[in-house]
Amino acid sequence: MYFGLSEEQKSLEDNIKKYLDDNASIEIIRSVVEGDLDKANEIHRGLVDLGISSLMVPEEYGGLGLDMLFATVVAGALGYGTAPCPYAGAYVMAPLALSIAGSDKQKEEWLPKIAGGEALIGVGISEYIGARENAGIEFSNDSVSGRCLFVIDGINADAFIVSNKSGELFLIPSDSSGIEIVELTTVDKTRTSIEIIFKNAKAEVLPGSSDNKSAADKVVDAGRLMLSADTVGAAQVMLDKSVAYALERKQFGRLIGSFQAVKHMCAEMAAELEPCHSMVWHAAHCLDNVPEESRLMACHTKAHVSEVGKQISKTATEVHGGMGFTDELGLHYWFKRIGLNRQLLGSPELIREEAAKLQGFDQ
Amino acid sequence: MDLNYGPEYDDFRTEVKAFVKANEDIKVTGPMRSESRINWQQTLIDHGYFARSIPKEYGGYGGDMDIIKLRIIAEEFAKSPIPKPMGGQGIQMLVPTLLELGTEEQKKEYIKPTLRGEIIWCQGYSEPNSGSDLASLQTKGELINDEWVINGQKIWTSTAQLAQMCFCLVRTEPDAPKHQGISYLLIPMDTPGIDRRPIKQMTGDSDFNELFLTDVKIPATNIVGKRGEGWKVANATLGHERGSLADPNVTLNRLNSLIELMKSETIDGQRVIDKPAFRDRLLSIQGRVLAQQSNALRILSSQINPEQEATLSKFIVKLQGTELRHELEGLAIDVMGEMGTLYEQSPHLRDGGIWQMHYMYYLGLIIGGGTNQIQKNIISERALGMPKEPKVQGA
Repeated sequence: MYFGLSEEQKSLEDNIKKYLDDNASIEIIRSVVEGDLDKANEIHRGLVDLGISSLMVPEEYGGLGLDMLFATVVAGALGYGTAPCPYAGAYVMAPLALSIAGSDKQKEEWLPKIAGGEALIGVGISEYIGARENAGIEFSNDSVSGRCLFVIDGINADAFIVSNKSGELFLIPSDSSGIEIVELTTVDKTRTSIEIIFKNAKAEVLPGSSDNKSAADKVVDAGRLMLSADTVGAAQVMLDKSVAYALERKQFGRLIGSFQAVKHMCAEMAAELEPCHSMVWHAAHCLDNVPEESRLMACHTKAHVSEVGKQISKTATEVHGGMGFTDELGLHYWFKRIGLNRQLLGSPELIREEAAKLQGFDQ
Repeated sequence: MDLNYGPEYDDFRTEVKAFVKANEDIKVTGPMRSESRINWQQTLIDHGYFARSIPKEYGGYGGDMDIIKLRIIAEEFAKSPIPKPMGGQGIQMLVPTLLELGTEEQKKEYIKPTLRGEIIWCQGYSEPNSGSDLASLQTKGELINDEWVINGQKIWTSTAQLAQMCFCLVRTEPDAPKHQGISYLLIPMDTPGIDRRPIKQMTGDSDFNELFLTDVKIPATNIVGKRGEGWKVANATLGHERGSLADPNVTLNRLNSLIELMKSETIDGQRVIDKPAFRDRLLSIQGRVLAQQSNALRILSSQINPEQEATLSKFIVKLQGTELRHELEGLAIDVMGEMGTLYEQSPHLRDGGIWQMHYMYYLGLIIGGGTNQIQKNIISERALGMPKEPKVQGA
């Protein structure tokens, strides 16, 4: 019995953290957020070189064929470094959707390109979980009409995978006619979000998704887990920075970290956050190995980690006092990242309702 | 990641299952120290299902320390109505202390009867003016004519009304700094000069006592460790208590009972579980239970794989576990509404009043065993490396 990360997983995590530490300082993040796309591309390329695009692609299609635990380790490291780069949609949900529901031809066309970092696929699945503004798509005569909101990793994508209300997944190359892209500006500018309006855009079904929801569900579970891991990574930085700040800032002639008011805030953050690391690993293990528990674990992990993330992002900002509120310190990049993760693919209330249904509490 | 215990443990589990099955109808009866309880405890020791790794010469089973086997035993016993092994502070705290720091004579004299349930121990630590600041304790011990003469007062002493022995912290070196002036003494409870008074608590029960010690004389040899080392001796076992107060696997059982309760209680004919506000609270708590179970898996794994680090995971168990349990029991009361306030033998009482009982009892555990505020000090100082509060002069 061994519950935790393997040496390989730890070294992957360390490599990504180190890369971001060396190449994505807070000043660089700030310049990306202010529009330096070259810098963002450079970081994206560097991370692709470390393998983030090939993790989830099966070996027969040129990928590494690794499991969900590896993918969460990467997500956590990206959250830790608030990496301005596509991941959950383009490199986890999209290759997973293709692997489990794509035709041989679709797999052959896209998976090797994803692995090589040559293709980016945005994922629009929000309406499957809960449509806002009555958004949603209809599929007929090999084409899709309607709109998708909050498409993940959709900026400059080569194709999109989108879902209708019943969990059917469609693949649409971005150069098809009848596609209008509207860029959305969320609080978190380290990642992108778009709305896509389709007017009879040519689309292919992912055939494995047409007669049941299990493919869409697996894609959602994986996405939720990546967002959870990202939040845990981001919250860990906020806690670490809080403790470090409390050990250097002095008031009333003492380190503020010697006041119980401040120590207890840090202890509460640590007490809430530490189990979340284990919970994310456990959920990943279930997605990889325990199918009967995987959906419930993914739901609970996303909901619980989002709640803990919210608390920590608030408390950590408070520990930093006025500095926490400034752009200079940059703590807000993690605050906003956690804020976006919380709402994407279902807010905690929505997900807990789903978890209740999964357990048959409505019967 | 590998959550299997491995095929080499399959035979062991089969063996435990068979024993549990064969004995699930056994009834142990009578008060503590009854023949029936002692016999059952000995049966469990003989089979290695209790005191497994304690050497035979001290009354244990004499097996190797195999965490996974202990876990399998706990899992199989938990699934069955089979009577569980006795616990208590003697078994959980004194026995490990003696094994680590006791003299050969002390080990021979006390461990076996304690394991068998023949000697019940109470813990004489807290005093009226020394609660969270335990090391400031003032109960005095003087060595006169080869006897310790003890005077003072202890409080929050669990099971003192039943105990034959007390492991007690006493100030024996009044001139030493406060942590270095304490000794760990073993006091027979029938020694003249001991007065026990039960403390009635908010639940209506009296689990705790005050102990008044007036010229209590015990042999000079009834000391564990050296004079002035009592704080160190006590700290060797406080950790044993901290982890045992809020086991997430027990909390999971309570959660399952809560789910059943929410399915059976109705308001205007509608099940409470169908009311979204209540259901959301239930699901929130379920998420927290799962997080703590994952944390427990990490701790278990670190015990099996010593290279794995889980310091912070261990430090947070008492704080997180007791708060969660209190909240879980409290939700059940809200689920029942007015019915949830019924107590003792009232008509319409649900589940024997256990939800109110636990709701109050777990508030007690948030305070007991080192208050949760003290837990936060421990987490911030020992796990996060934050400084202690500056010392007040004279304290």
